[in-house]
Amino acid sequence: MPVSQTNSRVVYAALKSCGIGLCSALPETWLVHLIRMAEDDPEMILVRLAREEEGVGVSAGAHFAGVKSAMLMQNHGFLASVNGIVSFAQLYRIPLLMVISYRGHFGERDPWQTQGGTSTESVLRALGIPYAFLDDPEKVARRVSEAHTLAYSSLHPTAVLLTRELMWEES
Amino acid sequence: MQRLECLRAIYGRLEDCLVVTIMGAVATELHSLGHRSNFFYLQHAMGLASSTGLGLAICLPNQKVVVLDGDGSVLMSLGSLTTLARYRPTNLVHVIFDNESLLSVGGFPTATSTGSDLEGLAHAAGIARASTVHAIDEFTQTFDAAIHAAELTCIVAKVEAIGPQSYATDLALLENRFQFQRHIENLKRK
Repeated sequence: MPVSQTNSRVVYAALKSCGIGLCSALPETWLVHLIRMAEDDPEMILVRLAREEEGVGVSAGAHFAGVKSAMLMQNHGFLASVNGIVSFAQLYRIPLLMVISYRGHFGERDPWQTQGGTSTESVLRALGIPYAFLDDPEKVARRVSEAHTLAYSSLHPTAVLLTRELMWEES
Repeated sequence: MQRLECLRAIYGRLEDCLVVTIMGAVATELHSLGHRSNFFYLQHAMGLASSTGLGLAICLPNQKVVVLDGDGSVLMSLGSLTTLARYRPTNLVHVIFDNESLLSVGGFPTATSTGSDLEGLAHAAGIARASTVHAIDEFTQTFDAAIHAAELTCIVAKVEAIGPQSYATDLALLENRFQFQRHIENLKRK
């Protein structure tokens, strides 16, 4: 499978550097290595969800408990989480670090991913959620760290979008 | 059985727990008995109260967590029962007040009024310790046993579809949220 293990490791290391102690996740192709890394890390709490929106509640509980968390999800999972993001995270000023695989954009071969690809950024913008792309492995650590810093200083969701350029090792 | 009498019966026991409630009657009635800094009222985001309790219970394994949920909210996120069952935190008690109704929006009947069985759903999701109670003594006993048991427990409390006149309280949402977080920070310092 051409999902980049090397770059997944770079992303995971960036999350660890921020002090992330809990990841909620729902598997998708681009996230498999990241989820396995969380699974194999004895210092990481991995919460496997039935639906991504649950992760908003889990992250809120973790935040109240003093544990920093990240949500690993596909952009369709982000779209499925919108009510939780608005009526919990934003209403109650809960920091969320959302790590979103950006499916359905340039280079996408799966027709079923394409509509979500065209809606992801416009929905992020409509919700006022600051976001940045992870496309260059050299810049991943800094972008993740800055997204994390802003989430916790603003007590608001932020997102990093995992791009095909970073995650997929074939053109 | 009335939800308010259930809450009154366990109010004293909640003192040492972290309590997460759903919006509507549960929040208003618990608040009416006397607010405490260990109560967090999730005044929206229906379906996420138990997920919040799960996050708390996993991160604070030595702390008892009580989620006061409702049939309408649980039905909005049934998959959450499978997530709870998957991690089965031993320090979590999930109370579901089932009045078979979306009371706060005018009393429209939920699917539990037409036979959907929340205890059965909890069992089928993998929560072994789940039961349905109909009388106040039974509720209190079941809750007490759950608090002392080191096992994830789901209690479906069948209650009448009646609630308070108003759902407004004088506690601002953010005040409640920061107070609750500070309460936990203080607990951790002890």
